[in-house]
Amino acid sequence: MTSKTPPMRILSRLLRPQPSTKHYSTTAPNARLNGTVEYATTPILHHTSKSALSNPELPPHIRTGQTKRINLYTAVNEALRHALQSDERVLVFGEDIQFGGVFRCTMNLAADFGTERVFNTPLSEQGLVGFAIGAAAEGMKPVAEIQFADYVFPAFDQIHNEAAKYRFRSGATGVHCGGLVVRMPSGSVGHGALYHTQSPESLFTHTPGLRVVIPRSPTQAKGLLLASIASPDPVIFMEPKILYRAAVEQVPIEPFTLPLDRAEILKPGTDLTIISYGTPLYTCAAAIAKAEQDFGCSVELIDLRTIYPWDRETVLGSVRKTGRAVVVHESMMNAGVGAEVAASIQEKAFLRLEAPVKRVAGWATHTGLMFEQFVIPDVARVYDAIKQTIDY
Amino acid sequence: MSFRYASRRLRSQGLLKASSRLNGCARVTPVWQICRGVASTPTAEKVLFPGALNSEFTDTLDFLQPATNKAISTYRVMNQYGEILDKEIGVDTTDEEALALYKNMVKLSIMDLLMFEAQRQGRLSFYMVSAGEEGISIGSASALSPADVIFCQYRECGVYMQRGFTLDDFMNQLFANAKDNGLGRNMPVHYGSRELNIHTISSTLATQIPHAAGAAYALKLQNMQNPAVEPRIAVCFFGEGAASEGDFHAALNIAATRQVPAIFICRNNGYAISTPTSDQYRGDGIASRGAGYGIATLRVDGNDIFAVRRAIKSARSLALQDGGRPLLIEMMAYRVGHHSTSDDSFAYRQRVEVEDWKRRDNPITRLRKYLELNHLWDDAKDKALRSALRKEVLSAFERAEKVGKPSLKNAFEGVWAEVTEEQRAHISELRDIIERYPEEYDVGGFEGGVGGLDELLKGKEGS
Repeated sequence: MTSKTPPMRILSRLLRPQPSTKHYSTTAPNARLNGTVEYATTPILHHTSKSALSNPELPPHIRTGQTKRINLYTAVNEALRHALQSDERVLVFGEDIQFGGVFRCTMNLAADFGTERVFNTPLSEQGLVGFAIGAAAEGMKPVAEIQFADYVFPAFDQIHNEAAKYRFRSGATGVHCGGLVVRMPSGSVGHGALYHTQSPESLFTHTPGLRVVIPRSPTQAKGLLLASIASPDPVIFMEPKILYRAAVEQVPIEPFTLPLDRAEILKPGTDLTIISYGTPLYTCAAAIAKAEQDFGCSVELIDLRTIYPWDRETVLGSVRKTGRAVVVHESMMNAGVGAEVAASIQEKAFLRLEAPVKRVAGWATHTGLMFEQFVIPDVARVYDAIKQTIDY
Repeated sequence: MSFRYASRRLRSQGLLKASSRLNGCARVTPVWQICRGVASTPTAEKVLFPGALNSEFTDTLDFLQPATNKAISTYRVMNQYGEILDKEIGVDTTDEEALALYKNMVKLSIMDLLMFEAQRQGRLSFYMVSAGEEGISIGSASALSPADVIFCQYRECGVYMQRGFTLDDFMNQLFANAKDNGLGRNMPVHYGSRELNIHTISSTLATQIPHAAGAAYALKLQNMQNPAVEPRIAVCFFGEGAASEGDFHAALNIAATRQVPAIFICRNNGYAISTPTSDQYRGDGIASRGAGYGIATLRVDGNDIFAVRRAIKSARSLALQDGGRPLLIEMMAYRVGHHSTSDDSFAYRQRVEVEDWKRRDNPITRLRKYLELNHLWDDAKDKALRSALRKEVLSAFERAEKVGKPSLKNAFEGVWAEVTEEQRAHISELRDIIERYPEEYDVGGFEGGVGGLDELLKGKEGS
């Protein structure tokens, strides 16, 4: 430290948080419903090895194997590591990948697998996705990363017009880019504002030829990412970035895949079905706990997991049983995933419905920095949706 | 373009050392590309900014003025009279090869003339001719290895023809009939062939340029991982208009940073539909951009098939050197025909200008002049060739016109690897509506009629 630099003491005093400082996302002091998500106790995560291995979707050798407690970014890292290890066609690249990625998802991969297979690209989303499509069309399995889902739009043409249509337009020549996976961190983090918050999944669920996958937990991230890499279709894999560090659970150590065409009933119930995916599942779980306590109702919670093509049968089976449905997602309500799910329920379970299908989603606005808690669905809104739907 | 937090502060932990997995291929990286890890010193005489390591300081304020640069020269082997300029080097083709190239160019031009007319008569929905650019596509394809992977824009039918796409293949695609390998899904002239290693054309301009970069990288790795796999390159064609798209920039940049074995071939024919190059760019064409990306570049007379061939041959061997590298070649041409059958180009350019180019100089007449100078060709032979080719094209045309339409299943299959449940529901609904409103739908011409859909419904009924 040279003498010209102000002493560290003064700097830290200047920057010390003052008692009056307003944080970006806070809950009201007397809030009973809205609060911080209790990741350590939430029923969404597997807190014991026994619970992790009880998942009937896991193959038998995994269910008798070992688990370890890891967070979601580590689960992504382990899936990529296994993919790179088991198939030399797998490539991992994107902006700032080589040093480990801005969210640590690609830590140590370049060192272990070489910079020919794990590498930085220039800062161009259309370029790196186009590059990935070309590599996939020549038989490789590229896992491209878009640094934030908010920045996928420069690559929209490549994804929508090229990746999604490659197999169809190639016809009998059989050429396709099914080896492609495009990973992107998505969703709200509390202070991401306009361009570090978005969940653009419904823009891709409107594209035939793509698979859109959003995991809710480390186990799901590992199993679904490995399944996406193995999938013969191009996959948009959105990782809820708030869960990268927050969601920690017991995950099988060995590699495994989870189905890309099945929703999962996370919690059985008899009076109402909530359909959601990604981060809002934690909000839903908290709201369900309070609502069941307060109203004496029983709520079924379904994780769509694969947002497109999605598992209509599981959702319809549940709603036919409960007669009521609420769909929850972060992105805007209008033409969102909830619109598709609600319309399908209306169409296929009309006679069993006892209340209108309610959508709890982002409002018709952008996510301004200071306003996130008012825009993104919270526990109070889900709780109220349960109340209104039960009381209808 | 955007603020990305965290990346800068974490960068210091980067893994910057070169890979040891290059299988012994030494990569030659120019000094100005190793712009990393440079510390500044108080007495530096040279610029040590990591972004331009080789730059020297100057105390003269002097803007680089592109307008004062001499335009990049255009390489040619023969002049417009068909005379070889450097007789010692000569041409790289035997007489037989030169004749074969000529015949293929004439074949392409005759197919173009007849198909353009067929569209005018309403027998095809759409067509695009290659007039004036036959030498670029046929010359390039003839100088590549058949295993090299090609991405086209749409005005490169000669590439397909030179590689062995038959007249029947062309016609089946144009009619989108049951024998079309595109299964009736694409507009006319959107050809593709796996056997010939040419990816299927899409209408979206320039999207194929980054594909070529990625494909070239795949070819490079496949050769590295298994040296028994023949070294191959990827080749990408695009027009000077498409080069204005962001994908051109993205592709050349990533091709350079990843050092991929690829040749990017720009057909600069003066127009993008109605837009002249003066409204397309203000630099020295497309070639002048290559240097900015650190890519070796050449401008070639696209009317000179010998120059095209020699440029491509040389570019191919350079592309495979030192572990791979990209090259940019700008082929100069004039778009003699209309942009497409949906365009009347005399709305934006003088008829006399076109006639002038048609007569004065084009790749076919130039090669013909060469052949005549060497006593390999004459009027009688030309007449006979043209009449024989016209018959060949017309008989392929008639054959294709008679083939029925593809099965309706092709409207749904191939979107995903497997037909989805949602698709099955839609197929059932479509089938039902066709059966209940038989007068509203003409399914007779389609292979298997409405029953063509049934194949996709088998096995998963009732789900």
